[in-house]
Amino acid sequence: MAQPFGTGADWVTMAPAITLALTAMLLFIVNSISPNTKNRPLLVGLSTLGTVVAGGIAVAFLATGTGEEAVSLYDGALVVDTMSLFFTLIFTSVTVLVCIASYDYMKGQPYMAEFYSLVILATTGMTLMASANSLATVFVSLELASLPSYALVAILKKNRGSVEAGLKYFLIGALSSAIFAYGISLVYGVTGHLQLEAVASNLNAEAFPGVLGIGVLMVLGGFAFKTASVPFHFWAPEAYEGAPAPVSAFLSSASKAAGFVVAFRVFVTAFPIAELSATVDWVLAFQILAVVTMTLGNFAAATQDKVKRMLAYSSVGHAGYALIGLAALTGVGGANDLVMGGAMLHLLVYGFMNTGAFLFIALVEQWGIGRTFEDYNGLGSKAPMACLAMTVFMFNLAGLPVGAGFMSKYALFTGAVGAGFWWLAAVGAINSALSLYYYSRVVKAMWVEEPTSELTIRSTPTGLYVAVLAAAVTSVVLLPAFGPLADTAYSAAATLFA
Amino acid sequence: MMIEALLAVTLLSAFVVFLAPDKVAGKLAFALSLLPLGGSLWMYSAFDGSGNALLGGTLAFEEMYQWVNLGPYALNWHVGLDGISMPLLVLTTVLTPLAILAAWTPVQSRQSQFYGLMLFMEMSLLGVFAALDFFVWFIFWEMVLVPMYFLIGVWGGPRRKYAAIKFFVYTNVASLVMFIGFIALVFGLGDSVTSLDLPAITDALNNGELSGLGGIDANTLKIVAFFAMFAGFGVKVPIVPFHTWLPDAHVEAPTPVSIMLAGVMLKMGTYALLRFNFTMLPETAKQFAFIIALVAVVSVIYGAMLALAQSDLKRIVAYSSVSSMGYVILGLVAYNMYGIGGATFQMISHGLISGLLFMAVGVIYNTTHTRMVSDMSGLADKMPITVAVFIAGAFGYMGLPLMSGFAAEFFIFVGAFQSAVLPGNTLALFTGAAMFGIVIVAGYYLFAMQRTLFGPFRLETDYEVGRASFHDVAPLVVLILLVILLGVQPDIFYGMIQESVRDMALITGGGA
Repeated sequence: MAQPFGTGADWVTMAPAITLALTAMLLFIVNSISPNTKNRPLLVGLSTLGTVVAGGIAVAFLATGTGEEAVSLYDGALVVDTMSLFFTLIFTSVTVLVCIASYDYMKGQPYMAEFYSLVILATTGMTLMASANSLATVFVSLELASLPSYALVAILKKNRGSVEAGLKYFLIGALSSAIFAYGISLVYGVTGHLQLEAVASNLNAEAFPGVLGIGVLMVLGGFAFKTASVPFHFWAPEAYEGAPAPVSAFLSSASKAAGFVVAFRVFVTAFPIAELSATVDWVLAFQILAVVTMTLGNFAAATQDKVKRMLAYSSVGHAGYALIGLAALTGVGGANDLVMGGAMLHLLVYGFMNTGAFLFIALVEQWGIGRTFEDYNGLGSKAPMACLAMTVFMFNLAGLPVGAGFMSKYALFTGAVGAGFWWLAAVGAINSALSLYYYSRVVKAMWVEEPTSELTIRSTPTGLYVAVLAAAVTSVVLLPAFGPLADTAYSAAATLFA
Repeated sequence: MMIEALLAVTLLSAFVVFLAPDKVAGKLAFALSLLPLGGSLWMYSAFDGSGNALLGGTLAFEEMYQWVNLGPYALNWHVGLDGISMPLLVLTTVLTPLAILAAWTPVQSRQSQFYGLMLFMEMSLLGVFAALDFFVWFIFWEMVLVPMYFLIGVWGGPRRKYAAIKFFVYTNVASLVMFIGFIALVFGLGDSVTSLDLPAITDALNNGELSGLGGIDANTLKIVAFFAMFAGFGVKVPIVPFHTWLPDAHVEAPTPVSIMLAGVMLKMGTYALLRFNFTMLPETAKQFAFIIALVAVVSVIYGAMLALAQSDLKRIVAYSSVSSMGYVILGLVAYNMYGIGGATFQMISHGLISGLLFMAVGVIYNTTHTRMVSDMSGLADKMPITVAVFIAGAFGYMGLPLMSGFAAEFFIFVGAFQSAVLPGNTLALFTGAAMFGIVIVAGYYLFAMQRTLFGPFRLETDYEVGRASFHDVAPLVVLILLVILLGVQPDIFYGMIQESVRDMALITGGGA
């Protein structure tokens, strides 16, 4: 450790984030040279290319085993390991889909270049979140991911819903940032450190147990907001419904995964359960959070009559499943890897199936078809390929084995059982069975019901179609290709617990 | 790689047909469905397996690759065929093209989707019969539900939505119950298994390596798992009292779907019972033989009585399936070579005969637009070939010699009479009661045929009765020929079946 800030070779491992940041800058340059450019192919091409390169680098690192030995940078404030690379893969996959899909969605909209640069900037922030190893970098990267998101939600400036959603999202986001920052300051007050390992080794819990406990819970609240977990979930349906559908896809998949990766790292590294369980039993907190979140999300989703809102609430439900990754930790070696690895796998698969579902809604919005379940009646006969893809997403989200959604849920639930949390897995399985009800409503509307009015498909937006089909194919292909992914996820979790 | 190729070709065909224009979809689907048929016939001719797949037999076309390592249990891609699965595989590939032919007349909307789903369902069914890893098997098992749900819900009769949802919910909940039962069993095995491989799990169970789970001792765990699986599979069979979804699904389903439903899908239930309950937990099965035999006999008699009370031809055939599948359970519980072998043979035989009857009812409905017994009479003069085949099929159901139904029921009854599973003559008494079912079957079929097919011609609908087209009648003729062929020469399948069930019979000392 001659160089605390890392050698040149170490910095190479940050290549995905750097590529993304450069791509965002490049988009700004394009915009300043030719303000208000409408050159969609150029903008989409640049942002897609940049993201693909970033994701490709992450995959290459994963394949060559770069992250197996965690690379510490910037005096330990950033760390590149298998987990950060794995999540980088999730973020970039979602972003690529969203960029391609926006090709049609942003047609005729102002602020096109800004839209793409904001998306890429937010992705950069998420990638940094995956690598953040100090509460300071966590906060900074969290804000880097959040601020563009607020603007993205409100990007349709002429649309009341979009602006209102953006405002709500921003206000709640600002509040939770404040809570989060306050929590950090309390933790800092007790331990005198921000770097996660240093926090862990200075947990002087006996000195100020109450202060530390409140600090940890406030930090937890910050994550609950970012991952749309109960009780900080109520912004999510509003924001997802009001935002342009590709942005909803982006937020509910990538942004949520980003919240989880930070939560995984911070709680496992900085607040080891073994030392903290007497002061604040955050595993218990996460157990309550997981059960309440998945149950409430699923019940709320079942009572919606608009498809997009249903998806928004189901996204809350899925946050509940992923929370099992933290709720079923026992502190015993192998079992922890399986549970958290299962949660990571679910987030990866979820990235594809949920993004795809929201993009399908974007497609339907393009066709000018309404938002309720009834409006989807008979869509299957008009647009069979797109509806087939949507069917794959719905059944996958419900956990039927038409794709990898079944596998990731299975991995998660058996992980919980293996760790001794039968009841968590049972609650998850019951919720999963319940979710089949509302997911199959969409499928039933598309294929089984007769169209109520004359449906006309006005256009076939190429970008959206490509994105939706790519997401569907990927979520199916991930089923046979689950092996290497599972190995990566488990070893990612293992490096965290090492 | 033969099984993989078979699955891949079928899946690919499904996609091609799904994307094809409606005009050619039917013919294209038929042509493509001949590929898996050819493949399975070739596999039958090259079959070189022996013994039981789960009891250390030599399998044909076996493939095993490591797939995913999820925690303590590896999931492997493991497929292979033994003498039990091979005939079912052939049955599936034979019935699919015939069902597709039977769809040409009635299915007139969204054809490419219909045929695409039919082929997708075929692929899933083939996977169920070939898979030897629980996880792979379960994926295929659940995948069957999805096309079936659509096929009933979109192309079915007036109450199709109700029937489709009822079917979906019933069988999906059943799958969950079964899944929990099986997984509890696997967790109970603890460290003695490292994968969800069915032969490995069977081996561990038969070696008595089951320990308790969460405070439940091994024996109780076995019983709980046995009944969870029995209930789960029983819904699919269906046994009384889990049968209520079946008549609804059948009546609303279009003819070709009924053919696949009765012909192959119900066999998933009995196949799974045979593989899981009766092969993995033979002692428990013996312990509760009385209850199972009772369930079987009730299914036979009650199903037959219900059929007797129907006035809709299709409902008659549907309820008689409940009755026939009861014989399969009876054969299984006899636990000897004739019993289990006969049960397996009955699966094939019932697949062919029920397919045939549903198809015949379908042809009658296509031309008369009614299925009510009271609406018609004297059809024999107007559609002689269809009626002849219908009668032949009904005779097959009644167990007329030289038809496959006779061979199957004969084996089952011989097995059940000889069985020593229950003390004294208990099972023989049960069998006697079940044989009475044949009388009822003969009763309602003869009664229905006499009223609809013979006598002076009368039809209470506005449709002209014409000759059925060639492509409607051809599959009927093919099927009746197959039924007779299997009746005359049961050894086409029975030899390999015997070979595979011998080990099962030996485990429990049920005797040969």
